[in-house]
Amino acid sequence: MTRRFTPKVVTGNALLEGDVVYLTVDDQWTRDLAAAEVLDDEAHAQLRLLDAQARQNEIVGAYLADVKPGAAGPEPAHFREAFRMRGPSNYAHGKQADTR
Amino acid sequence: MYRYTEFDAAFVAERNRQFRAQVNRRIDGSLTEDEFKPLRLMNGLYLQLHAYMLRVAIPYGTLNSAQMRQLAMIAERWDKGYGHFTTRQNIQYNWPALRDVPDMLDALAEVGMHAIQTSGNTIRNVTADHFAGAAADEIADPRPVAELIRQWSTDHPEFQFLPRKFKIAVTGAEADRAVTRAHDIGIRTVQRDGETGYEIIVGGGLGRTPMIGKVLRSFLPEADLLPYLEATVSVWNLLGRRDNKYKSRIKITVHEHGIEEISRLVEDRFAILKPSFTGVDQAHLARIREDFAPPAFVTRPVDAYTRAYDSDPVFRAWADTNLSAHRAPGYAIAQISLKAHGATPGDASADQMRVIADIAEQFGHDEIRISHEQNIVLPHVHRADLPEIHARLKARGLATANIGKISDIIACPGMDYCALATARSIPIAQDIATRFDALKLEHDIGDLKIKISGCINACGHHHLGHIGILGLDRAGVENYQITLGGDHTEQAAVGERTGPGFSAEAILPAIERLVETYLAQRTGPEEPFIDTYRRVGMAPFKEALYGPEARRSRAA
Ligand code: HEM
Ligand code: SF4
Repeated sequence: MTRRFTPKVVTGNALLEGDVVYLTVDDQWTRDLAAAEVLDDEAHAQLRLLDAQARQNEIVGAYLADVKPGAAGPEPAHFREAFRMRGPSNYAHGKQADTR
Repeated sequence: MYRYTEFDAAFVAERNRQFRAQVNRRIDGSLTEDEFKPLRLMNGLYLQLHAYMLRVAIPYGTLNSAQMRQLAMIAERWDKGYGHFTTRQNIQYNWPALRDVPDMLDALAEVGMHAIQTSGNTIRNVTADHFAGAAADEIADPRPVAELIRQWSTDHPEFQFLPRKFKIAVTGAEADRAVTRAHDIGIRTVQRDGETGYEIIVGGGLGRTPMIGKVLRSFLPEADLLPYLEATVSVWNLLGRRDNKYKSRIKITVHEHGIEEISRLVEDRFAILKPSFTGVDQAHLARIREDFAPPAFVTRPVDAYTRAYDSDPVFRAWADTNLSAHRAPGYAIAQISLKAHGATPGDASADQMRVIADIAEQFGHDEIRISHEQNIVLPHVHRADLPEIHARLKARGLATANIGKISDIIACPGMDYCALATARSIPIAQDIATRFDALKLEHDIGDLKIKISGCINACGHHHLGHIGILGLDRAGVENYQITLGGDHTEQAAVGERTGPGFSAEAILPAIERLVETYLAQRTGPEEPFIDTYRRVGMAPFKEALYGPEARRSRAA
């Protein structure tokens, strides 16, 4: 039996600010995880990652992060991605400040 | 303190000019990240979880007021108004934008500071006793030697592509406040038959294989220092495991080859190198020493201090915990805690930096130190000025009286900032400090060092904490492992694991049970935690963590 593929998003950091960004269906970089393209198929996910990695002068360190479906779009499957999505817990800096 | 020569200034300016061009080429797409990454790391620029991070060296932890004000200016202009002081006597800015970094480096250069060799496989910022030049128990100020090593190692052609990072610490006193036994090389100033020299310790380090350094040479004459260091680093440069980064540090080389074999190789190499050091380094060291001449101490009455001490309990509590013995009569070493209960260990706002700079300029012979415990030190203050200094610190939330106590916690940035982290460390430190402050038990508990790292790399020195906490990822949940019995002083020891880890919710109650056990087991308030632990061993603490009672209260 093959293991089910955990859905993924392509994520990385913006080249200029270092902000966490996610790849959208229409090849934009969004700062909002809920707006990211969810990749359900492994082969497609690998292709999307290659596309993203080629965009060297926009982002740094693209990789595939696990997500789970949520009411408003994909949600982080692991606490590391939850922190990346929100910002540090000791100050309201980073995304949590920008999206307030 | 050491003044930059024209040569130093030109070197840093040229490096900054090159880096500015490299940043521009990265932004315009002519450099890929793979090409740019080694270049940015050479200049202290990391990419963390949420942003870039710039790490700036504070050589041997010494700053003057102008430098501190510039750090404040940089924090305000290009960051979010604060900086984070680290266990390696660096300051880290957590939010710089890539385009701004060259300007930040230029601003640093204006006050003789830079970020060179704060990362990468080079000889890193040399650290020293933060009480250097002030401590009552000092044989010699370690900073001239640290500066000599810095100049020798900066851009040293043989040592730019070492097997791995290389960290050196120097101390000039009996008490080891520089954790020399947890460094690749630790240098302890010692005396033998009236002659001053060095004990050379090699192969200490933390990370995934913590090791306490071993003595490579018990007495090295002063003049032999650089050739001996060069011999040691070059022996490792050839033997060090470049095939496996987890085995590349000199501690593994020493472990694999044995200290006798390493010692033989170093002595052979030293015999070859020694004649090429013609004494120029010693003449240069003499010049550096002039820059570190002690300030002109004065004799004044200390009545103001005595009056405040006798009448103001808040001042007295601060004086009792935050002051240390100074070599000059009437003077004290004052520590400014960056561990206000509930605050992020090691963080200082731009405002706080400026207040500290003003105090140092007005009352402290313009000297400021950063300690590896993530606190700030005013090394030379007269006792008569302490009531005024304390009042000013208090007004800025800088007068927490907790140096060496349970809330004086070292914590690495952990998963709130660091891309390598497996769990958070800052909130755990905040919880522990807040809790014991609320219990009003801190001063009764006495000296107790808690150190927290957010992953096995051990940047928070958790192995050396009396209580060490290591944050891990256990099946997608933060989990905290406890070690007991670590020691960061001259009796350096690596702590022992208690057993299975605790969840983020269970770690604070677990620490409370450890402290209750200590209070119940100690012979009296004069026996600190570490001594009780050494006397009674792990068993009662283990019982408190995992025994039937702990299980019952967890089930409840
Ligand atoms: C971007 C943030 C950081 C990264 C990527 C990082 C990376 C690392 C790594 C990989 C190691 C293990 C080295 C080895 O065992 O070979 C290490 C060790 C260490 N780091 Fe960090 N670190 C960071 C932040 C810090 C901070 C904030 C401090 C000070 C609070 C610090 C101080 C140390 C110390 C003292 C050690 C252990 C001593 C040693 O064995 O080298 N680091 N770091
Ligand atoms: S110990 Fe780990 S989590 Fe903490 S700063 Fe070092 S690398 Fe990051």
